[in-house]
Amino acid sequence: MSDVVEKTLTALPSLLSLDSQTVATKLSSTSKLGALIRGITELRSKHEEEKLIQRELASLKDQVSSPHTSMRQMKEAMVRAIYCEMLGYEASFSYIHAIKLAQQGSILDKRVGYLAVCLFLKENHELLLLLVNTVLKDLQSTNLIEVCMALTVVSQMFPKDMIPAILPLVEEKLNHSKEIIRRKAVLALYKFYVMAPNQVQHIHNKFRKALCDKDPGVMFASLHIYLQMIKDNPEGYKDLTGSFVTILKQVVSGKLPMDFNYHTVPAPWLQIQLLRILSILGKNDKHSSEIMYEVLDESLKRAEINHNITYAILYECVKCIYTIYPNSDLHEKAAKCIGNFVISSKINLKYLGLKALTFVIQQDPKLALQHQMTIIECLDHPDILIKRETLELLFRITNAQNVTVIVEKMLEFLHQSKDDYTTIDLVGKVAEIAEKYAPENKWFIETMNTVFSLGGDMIQADIPNSFLKLLSEGFDNEEENKKLRLFAVDSYVSLLEGETRKLPQRFLQVIAWVLGEYSHLRTDLDPAKVMTLLSKLLDIRQISSETKTWVLMAMTKLCSGEASISKAQSVCEDYRSSSDTVLRQRAHELQLLSQDPALRGQLLPLHRGSETLEVDFSLSFLDAFVSEALAAGAAPYKPPHQRHEELAQEKALSLEPYELSLPINMSSYSVSGRQSPTLMSGSSGLSGDSTELSAKGSSATLKLEGVKRVWGKEGYLSKEDPVEEVAQVETLSPLSSPNQPPGAGRTLSNAAAPSETPEPQQEKLQLASSLFVGLSLQTSVCLMGQPEPTAQRFRRKAKTPNSSSSALPERVSVAPVPTSSVDNMLSHDPLEATSMLPEVTHETILPPNTEVNALLIDTANSSPSPSNGVEIPFETSENEIAKTPKHECPVRSLPPDLLGLPHTKITSLCSSQTLDVSACHVEKDDSVSLLIFTSNLSDSDMENIHFSFSTEQLQVSLSSERPLHEILKHSNAVCEYSLTVHAPAIHFQMVGTLSYESSSQSREMEFSYKLPLSSFIRPLVISTEQYGTHWLDFSNDTKQNLALVSEGQDPLTDTLNILKRKLGLHVVEVIGLEGIAACRLAQDQPCLLHCRVNAGTLAVWLRSPVPKLPDCLLYHCQRVLEET
Amino acid sequence: MMRFLLLFSRQGKLRLQKWYTPLTEREKKKIIRDMTTMVLARQPRSCNFIHWKDLKIIYKRYASLYFCLGVEREENELLALEVIHRYVELLDKYFGNVCELDIIFNFEKAYFILDEFLIGGEVQETSKQTINRCIENSDMLQETMEEYMSKPAF
Repeated sequence: MSDVVEKTLTALPSLLSLDSQTVATKLSSTSKLGALIRGITELRSKHEEEKLIQRELASLKDQVSSPHTSMRQMKEAMVRAIYCEMLGYEASFSYIHAIKLAQQGSILDKRVGYLAVCLFLKENHELLLLLVNTVLKDLQSTNLIEVCMALTVVSQMFPKDMIPAILPLVEEKLNHSKEIIRRKAVLALYKFYVMAPNQVQHIHNKFRKALCDKDPGVMFASLHIYLQMIKDNPEGYKDLTGSFVTILKQVVSGKLPMDFNYHTVPAPWLQIQLLRILSILGKNDKHSSEIMYEVLDESLKRAEINHNITYAILYECVKCIYTIYPNSDLHEKAAKCIGNFVISSKINLKYLGLKALTFVIQQDPKLALQHQMTIIECLDHPDILIKRETLELLFRITNAQNVTVIVEKMLEFLHQSKDDYTTIDLVGKVAEIAEKYAPENKWFIETMNTVFSLGGDMIQADIPNSFLKLLSEGFDNEEENKKLRLFAVDSYVSLLEGETRKLPQRFLQVIAWVLGEYSHLRTDLDPAKVMTLLSKLLDIRQISSETKTWVLMAMTKLCSGEASISKAQSVCEDYRSSSDTVLRQRAHELQLLSQDPALRGQLLPLHRGSETLEVDFSLSFLDAFVSEALAAGAAPYKPPHQRHEELAQEKALSLEPYELSLPINMSSYSVSGRQSPTLMSGSSGLSGDSTELSAKGSSATLKLEGVKRVWGKEGYLSKEDPVEEVAQVETLSPLSSPNQPPGAGRTLSNAAAPSETPEPQQEKLQLASSLFVGLSLQTSVCLMGQPEPTAQRFRRKAKTPNSSSSALPERVSVAPVPTSSVDNMLSHDPLEATSMLPEVTHETILPPNTEVNALLIDTANSSPSPSNGVEIPFETSENEIAKTPKHECPVRSLPPDLLGLPHTKITSLCSSQTLDVSACHVEKDDSVSLLIFTSNLSDSDMENIHFSFSTEQLQVSLSSERPLHEILKHSNAVCEYSLTVHAPAIHFQMVGTLSYESSSQSREMEFSYKLPLSSFIRPLVISTEQYGTHWLDFSNDTKQNLALVSEGQDPLTDTLNILKRKLGLHVVEVIGLEGIAACRLAQDQPCLLHCRVNAGTLAVWLRSPVPKLPDCLLYHCQRVLEET
Repeated sequence: MMRFLLLFSRQGKLRLQKWYTPLTEREKKKIIRDMTTMVLARQPRSCNFIHWKDLKIIYKRYASLYFCLGVEREENELLALEVIHRYVELLDKYFGNVCELDIIFNFEKAYFILDEFLIGGEVQETSKQTINRCIENSDMLQETMEEYMSKPAF
């Protein structure tokens, strides 16, 4: 601001003598504070300042602790204490006095007291508890200023636990007659919402009142809360979209009082807040977005004044337009707006323009092409921030063709950057795009080398992890795999031959692992040489003991041949008595294994490649130990979050009075005291075990769960032909072609030499062509999300589906709806459906409202009498339908040999004018039969009928007795398929195709069918002893607490009976509070269930040798129990 | 949301600090040190923004004083710049041709004005008139009280 006169401290003495100074300055400068400030400015050294302040603090301490100090003096002292704290000296002795001042001072002293409290104390400071009473008193004061002060302090910092104490008073202030109080109250509630959302849940409707407040200031304050709430739950506030749009309309058209204008722009803060809210509400929501289009257009139009604040609004508008459901007209306008930003000479606007471009580039890649020259200029901008933002933009437009150039630019930037945070972020991005789009092995390995050496040890842990994972798991092409590994080995050997001191630890670990694992691939490389290189690493002083462990592990894999073994021996000597236990363990392992090649070969086989290691996550081999410990009185294991919660509960301030029953408290204390040692030992045993695991199978160390998977999605192949815009530029740079990205990269580096390129312009054009190549191809608008990656060079193999780690998420993702997709059809208008089935209607006279379902029920078998004593485990709703009156329907009767077995109702899968396909499944003793009923309704015969099914989890085979080839006109046929479970799932979804020829035209029909796992569950009759022996053998398990059914005398038996009835479990035995049951999937796939009644819930523990089976079965148990 | 506001001189002396999230003394000192070194080292024709950790720093120099605002990543930089400007305008209106010295000697007043303008890291009131009326109301009380007590200044 130009009208602020610059006055420096050197002019201080002369200024003080001037009478023209404001009264305020004069007053303070003659005060003690003035003296202090003047004193400090006269000092020469930091040391002198320190001495002066210490003196000052000592005198302050005396003053505040003296009982004769008046509140007025106290206030003055407090100001000086604040000043000392600002200079960086602690004045903690004054904190308590600040609270006292706020408590006891007059209204003026109070103000300083509150200010000091706000500046001195943090939200969690214990002294703040003393403030609660003062705040309470002031909130109830009749003096407006006092209430204001209290509300201000409350919204600055307030102990979370104390919110309930003042909440009613703050709430009450929402109805205050003064708008300033209402406004501050709303902001205080906003703060509470941010700190503890559940505490203000009950006043949500009061927020609505604040939104409708007649004072725009209060309404504005309420928008802070709404933005937060809408961020948390956009669906809940869709109804307010119209209101927000109306408010924005009024603001934009200048309906607010002049007071709200900022440099003639109406209420910019309010506008921006509203735009943010709208963008969240309109995201992925066409209907809400349509309401907004008009006002957004208006906002764009109105913001014409050349001022920063209008640009701020425009920027927010553009962001909103590109976030909500797209509108081409608005997109066009917004794109123009971004263009103006980008080409602006004002550097702040340019930066914002780049940011906006980065934001929209995924949806509108062509925009980047329009501004490519500006982007190139920004890449060489002297301001590092602009450069950084440009790289961010390039990162978003990376594809297989420009990756080399972009990575080169990023690495260039990394070499200059000194900021750790930027380095970590950018290194991660380089690694990501390098993995995704690497054009060739050599480039990839070299880039990763740079990433590791630049990123140092701050690098995100998942980068080396996913790199090693990529190397070890490999991708589809085995030959390429080997080449990549060989490149890595070569590159690392030459690296180790050079200077190794500067290499970061993480990089050394990667090198050690790769050499240990893959140096045997290079047959002309002597393992002894690698051993020597590795052992040299151990001599470096800076090397951490963690890296040493990696090196020792690599040596363990390598030590074959005499020279290597003797090398290994000498290394062992050095580390066998290391103080680091892990290192010592590795040294012992190395020694042992180097002497026993047979054992080594067994433990660390070569060519392990991609086979997955069976990891027993349930640690079932420890069960015997656990049960022994439990029997001996150890406390049961509690997962960390539970322990944490309990701890938190103990720590949290209890607002309720203590109970009187002291002895009970004592006893619970002694219990928890007894718990801790066993917990400790248990967890240490566990951790010891996990290192063991990771040590033995080196690839197990890489199986990190939750590692970001950049390789999951399939990329799409981008077309090779460049579009005209690119082609135009390309004529200038014949060297770079989109098919040869590495070549393009080299061109660039050549071009960088000034002698070779006379014109800098041409250089830029070349850069542009190599950067923006392939961009315009992605014309498809890809909304809200990353653009689809292009073809990836390295494509990871799909993970094996039966690993237990993948079981859980899948279980969650399956929607708990047992109805098949067929039901959708059935829920249509019954009349319409019946018209499709003329044959059925013609045979049965329907009451008008009868569900179509009833038609499809087979009467003869509706009440089956199962021979094995199991009742049909169907949904209750289906049973109800089965009881409705039925009509004989010979068309869809079951084959005679299946009569009497439990089966589902027959549901229609698909139908047309000429054809109807229905199905049901029958539960046989060791399999499930799927019966497909096909009715030919047309006037011509169906021939060459063929069914095919695609399902991953089931095996489908045709039961040979009933092959089906043709169906004569107006007749029906049944064919039977036998289903067995391949991999357990909660529900099995089958997609089938029926192909046939009718009147010499071949046709196809698709249908889908869904069965629950429970259809495949059969009771398993075993004795308690057998159960006991099996229990420990099974490694896949799951545990959960389920609700007990409590209708009769014995809840456990009741619950087990329900499970028996509904799911067909065999109850083996019930002993006291525990019960065991067993069932099986097929002949050899048992699942054991153990339940124990525990504090009103049923702790269920399922075990099976089949992965995922316990999880899936548990789901059904839970559902069954919830339904009853 | 705004995380902190710092005012410091060209020499790197802190003149005002306001924190909107709880931080330890050590963290605060580190931020102050980082901010002063980073902002003071900026080249003249650079933009007014810096990335710092997960925050964005928006700074502007008014005469000898730097105003430095730390905001969260999703905030609008230009708007933050206007927040600083409005604060300067408020100070200017209150002190009348504000200078660094006014803020040094009356920093508590500067805090009071700030608290009327921003609260808990959000803009509370943007009207110059309203904020000044508010501050003056409390000040009036102070002036009359002081006259009434007619005590010599300390």
